[in-house]
Amino acid sequence: MNEHALAVDDLRIELVSGEPVVEDVSFRVGHGEVLGLVGESGSGKTTTALALLGYARPGVRIANGTIDVAGTRISGLSEAQVRRYRGRLISYVPQDPAAALNPSVRVGDQVGNMLERSSEKEAHVDDAFELVQLPTARDFRRRFPHQLSGGQQQRVAIAAALVCKPAVVLMDEPTTGLDVVTQANLLAQVRRLQRELGFAIVYVSHDLAVVASIADRIVVMYAGRVVEDGPAARVLSEPQHPYSLGLIASVPDPREPRVLRSIPGVAVGVGERPPGCPFAPRCPQRIAACEESDPRLERTGGDRLVRCLEWRRTPTLAPEWRAPSGALPSRPASLLAVEELRAEHRGRGDAVVACSGVSFAIAQGECVALVGESGSGKTTIARCVAGLHAPARGRVLLDGAALAPLAAGRTPDARRRIQIVFQNPYDSLNPRHRVAQSIARPAQALRGYSRKAAEHAVADLLERVRLPARLATRFPGELSGGERQRVAVARALAADPDLIVCDEITSALDVSVQAAVLELLADLRAELGLALLLITHDLGVVSSVADRVLVLDQGVVCEQGAVRSLLASPEHAYTQRLVAAAPTLSVR
Amino acid sequence: MTALAVRLRFARTGYGKVGLAGSLLLLALIAVGPLLAPYDPSAIAGLPLQHASRQFPLGTDGLGRDVLSRVLWGGRSIVGLSVLATSLAYAAGASIGLLAGYTKSILDPLLMRAMDVLLAVPPLLFLLVLATGAGRSIPVLVLGVATVHVPSIARIVRASTQEVATHGYVEAAVARGERLPALLGREILPNVLGTVLADAGIRLTASILILASVNFLGLGLQPPAADWALMISENRGGIALNSLAVAAPALLIAFLTISVNLVADAVARSLGTSTDRKRVAR
Amino acid sequence: MTATELEAPELVLVDVPSRRRRHPLVGFVLRRVAAGIATLFVVSILLFAGTNVLPGDVASAVLGRDSTPAGLAQIRKELDLNRPASERYWSWLSGFVQGDLGSSVASQAVSGEPTPISGLIGDRIRNTATLALCTVLLLVPLSIFFGVLSATRAGSPVDHAVTGISLGLISLPEFVTGTLLVLLLAQWLGLLPAVSLIAIGASVFTHPSILVLPVLTLLAASLAQTTRMVRAGMLEVLRSDYVEWARLSGHRERDVVFRYALRNALAPTVQVIALNVQWLVGGIVVTEYVFGYPGIGQALVQAVSARDVPYVLSVGMLIAIVYIALNVLADLLVVLLVPKLRTAQ
Ligand code: SF4
Repeated sequence: MNEHALAVDDLRIELVSGEPVVEDVSFRVGHGEVLGLVGESGSGKTTTALALLGYARPGVRIANGTIDVAGTRISGLSEAQVRRYRGRLISYVPQDPAAALNPSVRVGDQVGNMLERSSEKEAHVDDAFELVQLPTARDFRRRFPHQLSGGQQQRVAIAAALVCKPAVVLMDEPTTGLDVVTQANLLAQVRRLQRELGFAIVYVSHDLAVVASIADRIVVMYAGRVVEDGPAARVLSEPQHPYSLGLIASVPDPREPRVLRSIPGVAVGVGERPPGCPFAPRCPQRIAACEESDPRLERTGGDRLVRCLEWRRTPTLAPEWRAPSGALPSRPASLLAVEELRAEHRGRGDAVVACSGVSFAIAQGECVALVGESGSGKTTIARCVAGLHAPARGRVLLDGAALAPLAAGRTPDARRRIQIVFQNPYDSLNPRHRVAQSIARPAQALRGYSRKAAEHAVADLLERVRLPARLATRFPGELSGGERQRVAVARALAADPDLIVCDEITSALDVSVQAAVLELLADLRAELGLALLLITHDLGVVSSVADRVLVLDQGVVCEQGAVRSLLASPEHAYTQRLVAAAPTLSVR
Repeated sequence: MTALAVRLRFARTGYGKVGLAGSLLLLALIAVGPLLAPYDPSAIAGLPLQHASRQFPLGTDGLGRDVLSRVLWGGRSIVGLSVLATSLAYAAGASIGLLAGYTKSILDPLLMRAMDVLLAVPPLLFLLVLATGAGRSIPVLVLGVATVHVPSIARIVRASTQEVATHGYVEAAVARGERLPALLGREILPNVLGTVLADAGIRLTASILILASVNFLGLGLQPPAADWALMISENRGGIALNSLAVAAPALLIAFLTISVNLVADAVARSLGTSTDRKRVAR
Repeated sequence: MTATELEAPELVLVDVPSRRRRHPLVGFVLRRVAAGIATLFVVSILLFAGTNVLPGDVASAVLGRDSTPAGLAQIRKELDLNRPASERYWSWLSGFVQGDLGSSVASQAVSGEPTPISGLIGDRIRNTATLALCTVLLLVPLSIFFGVLSATRAGSPVDHAVTGISLGLISLPEFVTGTLLVLLLAQWLGLLPAVSLIAIGASVFTHPSILVLPVLTLLAASLAQTTRMVRAGMLEVLRSDYVEWARLSGHRERDVVFRYALRNALAPTVQVIALNVQWLVGGIVVTEYVFGYPGIGQALVQAVSARDVPYVLSVGMLIAIVYIALNVLADLLVVLLVPKLRTAQ
């Protein structure tokens, strides 16, 4: 009976209206096993995870299914009954510890409140802090959450989850918002604790590479269902479901520059699931039967399960390496040059230096990446190039001629030739303008097109970014995140630029959508000879798209060179740490 | 969802419906009331302080004027002046906020400090001081009430402008060299408007409250004007003889402010901003 | 090298000063009080300008139709209207900070003698303070009670009743509430005195029943307002991630509400209540006038009617002081209640 740490059977969660959010979900987690629950936004992974604690957010309810934790059935209980098991039998590590820790309770008490009143409470809290390698000094325990760093906050949350020694710990994207190095440390520590204490983990994440570094077993979810379930290494190396395959092929890898393959189409939302297999509209190997009958989760041998009628036809994973484009002939004249750039942010009183002594050049058609963690000054450099931030010192040159610091002072032609696309897809388009208006404007303002001519150009531009022409009359609110970023790229293309500055343009997107946007950038470079300045924190993105890379550490370039050689053998200590910490699918 | 549907969503809530019906009813009464009035509102029609009768359905006031006629006339000033004052406040407050929020010049701290000072004076005190110094007249009253609103409107518009100005589409417009009028008019204003108008209704209610209060204190409109608030003030002395002369205008003001506020609250909710939080945030 | 083999350089404590200064708050308090005083200074200019510089000849306004050239000259002299405004402002302000509030012109027009304002307002201030205190003592516990009650039962009939009634009451001006209360309780039911008919010198303590209607009137609007805002603040906290996490950690609902949620809802609640006490300043003026209550507000309205410039100016300044002091006090309380603000220097 008690052979599994967690057993979930036939779980169904629905909206109050009866629309299913999650259905037919069953899986097992062995004692001391780490299960990675993977899915993109809207797949129902977080809803499933919360249900394991007998909890449903307002608006949804758990309609059916059984959940057993270490032999204790915790489904079908009242809120008061299930509460006794939370934190003790199965505990939860939240996604964003900065928001989940109570701002007015001292961190020691937040952990201590998990325990019954007892004389040994202090000692238990001490032990828990020591486990997660937090200082055990009384002074530290008396701090409030805001006095801790992001990594420390997450450790406090983990300490609170472990202090009652539960059988299962649920971790919901616990490394979101942390720098890669901090993330790698935390993952290593979680893994170590798990081995020492022997609890089981359900690790929920959208990031396959992170899951690959920690999970023993992987469950892939799509449209509220489990589509594949199996030992991590096997699922990652030979996926049997076409969605898992597509997902893995979309993940950029920092060590091995490879060509990304995106999944066509968009994920289905709640309430728009087609009859039959929900993946059918995007599936390259669908047959007529797929659209009629709903495939069942089927055992395929070797402890693996897959929900696909045609899984035997799923192709093997065949990564395609990027042709080394580093063989750029020495070009004397660079398109854009940045010389000894120094930029500051003026706060109250003293100025904060964002970057200093930064120099680089971009040749026609070249893609240069600026890599760094948050606060490294990479975005400020991008803004200086685009004329949105006036540098404190140094120059930006276009074709050898110095540009005015701010866009307003530059010639219309200079403004036309450098375009910028921003990070957040939700604020990069004016919500009150139709797509066509947004795209047509730069053509009018910078190329002197008449309104008519500009509107004519819109259809072409949409096609360029692989969007259907009918989107022209939509408002941004009606588009998905990926579609919005494509429109933003189309808006940049409307100016007929020589260089596009891409400021973290895929960091808010799901990995399969990111792959599609990166694919698009690569195609545009080939078609139009565009140069790109790519701003990113993700070495995987760098390795899949860029030719050359500059690594920024606290506003200073610490290393630069061709992508391939730099990532293969980093020389600077900081780059080495960054490369070592970057999650990857390639080595396990 | 179409924009119209968003705009009408407020009417779907129960309170919103009641408020809308009440407001429309009162507006109709105020609009056609003067046509129905049996007497000239300022003419002495009979003996003072008579009870309700067939001749005077709501009795007469202390000077012998017909209370019903005065009630039918007396809503115009309160609604008209409040709407006027609120609109003026929005015109001034939004311009100040937009400029202060977008141009990071000396204008911003200057305007905002001035606004801080205005916020540090209780609105009623401000109007009383104004009445002392500038006398009692309709322009003084309207400008005074408008001024009371300007600081908070300017602040909200400024904050919202600053927030919108960091968005990618505004930066993209800056990067392609759009001029200030185009930036403010095309990119910023349309996106600030929702936040700004979300509490227009609440401000209208506030205007009605404070305008009526000043009139009631006898420091705004002057007799013989027919105005509900003024009527309450005038007829309080005769409350024992003809209580209807006080009750009728009091109930009408209550009906008006409650209806308008119900609509205002529902509109604010449907635009996604809770009125409660607005006020907490000031 | 895989992630597991990495050392953990991040474990070093972030730079939180280990030795805290003795009173990290003193600096903040001083700064806030200084800002308050600076604001008051500007407000004093504003008040002076509003009463003195704006168009309209004060002297003839004070005397009205009975003005004789000699009387006008006398008043002008009394008010120093012949001196430039800036000089008059300085002499008024320097007098004010030393406790000399000036003389009432209106009472002089009646009695012929200049009456010092400070002698006229002592009892009135006490009466007004009594009224305000009674209201606040009821307002605070009641609004927290109703606010928390309806937030924790959001969507229930109790919540609907609280929000509905408060939404109605909130929009009533004090003079309408007051008038309707008089009509109902005094006129039609005959339960209470309608107006406060006591001599100005007498204390309200000897006639406590006259407090009932004014307090009820003031409570109606302010209680509705505060209840709504306490409810909104509480709801926001109840929807926060940390309350969800507390539930997911298996804490009892009672602990979640009282130990986790209420503590965080307290700071906004204090702010809200302070804001409302500020609004009471305006409400009190109207309410005192409605009931003829012998307080400072009623006197202020009379002074405005008589265009008694020195009186309005000095009393207005006193009100502004109370208003701004409350503002400063609320800010300080909030800083004390929110650890994040308290520990920042
Ligand atoms: S069942 Fe059919 S449509 Fe669904 S994944 Fe398998 S092959 Fe594709």
